[in-house]
Amino acid sequence: MEYKPIRKVVSGNYAAAYAALHSRVQVVAAYPITPQTSIIEKIAEFIANGETDIQYVPVESEHSAMAACIGASATGARAFTATSAQGLALMHEMLHWASGARLPIVMVDVNRAMAPPWSVWDDQTDSLAQRDTGWMQFYAENNQEVYDGVIMAFKVAETVNLPAMVIESAFILSHTYDVVEMIPQELVDEFLPPRKPLYDLADFEREPFSVGSLATPADYYEFRYKIQKAMEEAKKVIKEVGREFGERFGRDYSQMIETYRTDDADFVFMGMGSLMGTVKQAVDILRQEGYKVGAAKVRWFRPFPKEELYELAKNVDGIAVLDRNYSFGMEGILFTEAKGALYNTDAKPLMKNYIVGLGGRDFTVNDVRKIAENMNAVIEKGELDVEVDWYHLKR
Amino acid sequence: MAESPFKADIERVQKEYSEKMTPGAIVYIPGSSVINKTGSWRVFMPEFNREKCTRCYLCYIYCPEPSIYIDEEGYPVFDYDYCKGCGICANECPVDAIVMVRETK
Amino acid sequence: MEIPEQVKKKLTLPAEEYFYAGHTACQGCGAALGLRYVLKAYGRKTIFAIPACCSTIIAGAWPYNTLGANLFQTAFETTGAVLGGIEAALKARGIKVKGEDGVMIVGWAGDGGTADIGLQALSGFLERGHDALYIMYDNEAYMNTGIQRSSSTPYGAWTTNTPGGKRHFLEKRHKKKVIDIVIAHDIPYAATASVAYPEDFIRKLKTAQKTPGPSFIQLFAPCPTGWRSPTDKSIEIARLAVQTAYFPLFEYKEGKYRINMPNPKKEPKPIEEFLKLQGRFKYMTKEDIETLQGWVLREWEKLKKLAEVFG
Repeated sequence: MEYKPIRKVVSGNYAAAYAALHSRVQVVAAYPITPQTSIIEKIAEFIANGETDIQYVPVESEHSAMAACIGASATGARAFTATSAQGLALMHEMLHWASGARLPIVMVDVNRAMAPPWSVWDDQTDSLAQRDTGWMQFYAENNQEVYDGVIMAFKVAETVNLPAMVIESAFILSHTYDVVEMIPQELVDEFLPPRKPLYDLADFEREPFSVGSLATPADYYEFRYKIQKAMEEAKKVIKEVGREFGERFGRDYSQMIETYRTDDADFVFMGMGSLMGTVKQAVDILRQEGYKVGAAKVRWFRPFPKEELYELAKNVDGIAVLDRNYSFGMEGILFTEAKGALYNTDAKPLMKNYIVGLGGRDFTVNDVRKIAENMNAVIEKGELDVEVDWYHLKR
Repeated sequence: MAESPFKADIERVQKEYSEKMTPGAIVYIPGSSVINKTGSWRVFMPEFNREKCTRCYLCYIYCPEPSIYIDEEGYPVFDYDYCKGCGICANECPVDAIVMVRETK
Repeated sequence: MEIPEQVKKKLTLPAEEYFYAGHTACQGCGAALGLRYVLKAYGRKTIFAIPACCSTIIAGAWPYNTLGANLFQTAFETTGAVLGGIEAALKARGIKVKGEDGVMIVGWAGDGGTADIGLQALSGFLERGHDALYIMYDNEAYMNTGIQRSSSTPYGAWTTNTPGGKRHFLEKRHKKKVIDIVIAHDIPYAATASVAYPEDFIRKLKTAQKTPGPSFIQLFAPCPTGWRSPTDKSIEIARLAVQTAYFPLFEYKEGKYRINMPNPKKEPKPIEEFLKLQGRFKYMTKEDIETLQGWVLREWEKLKKLAEVFG
C-alpha cells in the first residue's frame, strides 16, 4: 500500500489520542488532570463511537492508573496512559515498577509545572524528576512529533521491554491546533505489529511462573545491569526505528539529537520540546543577521545520546543550554547532563545555562536573540559571566 | 521415607538458576522453593502413632507447609525435610496419635 | 505426592496441591495455610497479584517460587488496581474470566495492604466492578515489617508500636470493619472466612468463582510470631475467634446476609478464651477486656440483626 497521509487539524492531545488508537492500544487506564484530560476524553469518544474496543479503566488515581497499566501489560496487553505534573509525581513509585518488571507501557506526559504555587502551564521539571525511573523519554517539538512519537515509542519499548514516556508541552502543544499527517491504519499495523510479550500472566501453557520476587543482594545488582543494557540497546533500536519511520512515512527520526543548521555554527542552542520550534525560527533570522548559530534539539533524554552530543560538541565553540526546568541546589537538568556527558571527552565547548519559560512563561524569538547576543559576548571573551542565567528574572 | 519426592525439581533448580538470570526477575520453575529444606528449623518433631490414628486427615488439612502426605493405606506421612515442627497437627489430632517430641539431631 | 484415589473421595478438601513446601513462612503461619487453600480451590489457571506483605516472602524470593499458579508481585497499595488491569487485559484479549473453565484473578493482600494503604485501590476495584476476587488475609498488624499496628489491630493488643509500658500504651481503637466498608460498595459477594474452617472457606472461594463481578473475602489468619502465641495453637485460636464471635463467619450475597457459624444456636464464648492463648493481649486490664467484650457482642448483635432483616 502506498503511503498517503491523512491530514487532520488537531491539538497535541488529540494527536496523542489518535496515535494511541492507531497503535491499537488494548488497555487504557487513566485519571483526569489538566492539561492532559482531553487525551483520555478523546479516547473515550473513540470507544463511544465504536471506533475501537479499547478496555478503558477509569481509575481513582494516577497511582492506580499506572498500577492498572502494569497489570494489563503483564497480562500481555498493549497499555497506554497519560498524565501531567502532580499525577506523574503520584505515579512515581509505579514508574519504577513498570521498568523493573520490564513492561513496555507507553505514557504521554503533558509537561506542567509542579505546585505550589499552583500552575497548569508548561515546565519540564515533572518529567525530568522521573529521570531515574528506567523510563525512556521522548520530547516532542510539535503535534506531529507527539503523534509520531507515540507510535515509535511503542515499537522501541516493545523491542527492549522497557516503558517509554512521550512528552509534550502544556497548552503550547496540548491545546494548540496544527496540521498533523496521520498514517493509514494498515500502514501503522505494518510498522507496529502486535506485541510479543516477554511474559504473559494469562499464559497457562507454560509452567507456572512469578514476576518481581524479592532479590537478595546476591542477585539484585544483575537485574539492574540488565535494565542498563536494555537502555543501551534502546539507543540502537531508536535509531533503527527512527530511520524506518522516515523511510516509510517521510519523517526521519534516526537522530536522537536533531541538529538544525549546526554544520558551520560557532555556537548552538540546545534544549528539548516545543521551545525548540521557537529556537529554530530564531536561528533562521539570526543567520540572516550574520550570526553563525544552530539548534540542537534533544529528542530522547533517556537513554541519553552521549555519542551524538560529543559529535556536535567537538565542532562548536559554545553551547547555550536552554532549560525549562530546574534542579534546586544545582542548575538546569539538561545542563548538568550535557556537561557530565562531555567531561571525559576532548570536546570542551563553553557551556552556559539559560533558565527559561518556567511555569509557562513566554519564550519568544526575541528571547533567543537576546540569549544569542549574550552567548556571543561570552564566547568572544572566552569566559562565562555567570554559569546559570535566570534569564527572565524580574530585576 | 526413602527419597524426596522433589528430587528432580531440586536438581533442575540447582542447574538452571545457576546459569540464567531472567530480565524482570521472572521465576519460571514452579515449586522451586523445595530446594529450601525448612526441616532444619525444627525444634520439636511430630511423632506419629499409627495404632491410634483414625485417618481423619485433619493433620493433612491443617499443615501450613504442606509437609504431610497420605500413603496408600490412608495414613499420614511426615516429610521431615520440610516439617518446621509447628505442632498444629499434634494440637488438632483428636485422638492424640501425634505428639511433639524434642528434636534429637 | 499424590493422594491415593480412595482417600480423595473421603477428603473434605480438593486433593490437588499447588502450594509447595520449602517456603519461608514462620512456623504455624495462618497466611501460608490460607494460600494453600486458595490454590487447592482454584488450581493452575489462576493469576495472583500479591502486594508487599508476608506473602511476598512466602511466595518465594528469587529464584524460588512456592505457587503452582502465575504470580505478579506488586507494590503495597496497588492490589485492587493491578487486579483491574489484569482483568481489562483478559477482556481485551477475549480470554474468559471466572466460571469453571475461566481464569481466576486473585488479589492476596494483608490487612495493612487492604485496610490502610490499599483501601483506595480496593474501593476503586470494587466500585468499578472488576471481575476478580480480592482476599484480605487478616493477621491484624503489619507482620512483615515486624508487628506494627494496623487499623485492623484489635483494641488492647500489644504491637511493637503499641508496646504497653508504664503508660499502658496499647492499641486504643477497635478493629476497623473493612468488610462493612466493602459491603457498602454493594458488590455481588463478600464474606468472612477462617483458616480453622477450610471447608467453609473453600465453599466461599467456589461461590466467588461462580459469581460474576467483584468479590471479597476477609480471611482470619493467625500469626504466632506477631500474636505471641504458641505455634501449635494457630487453628485453635482461629476457631475461638469464631466461637467467641470476635470474628464471626458470614457472607453477603446479592444484598442478603447469611451467618455461617458452626453452631448457630450457641451463645458466644467469653472473649477471654480467645485472648488467653495470645501474649499480645497480656497487658490488658480487666476494664480493657470488658471494653473489648462489649464491642464484640455489640457487633455480633448488629450482624444478627442484619441477617434477620436482610437474610
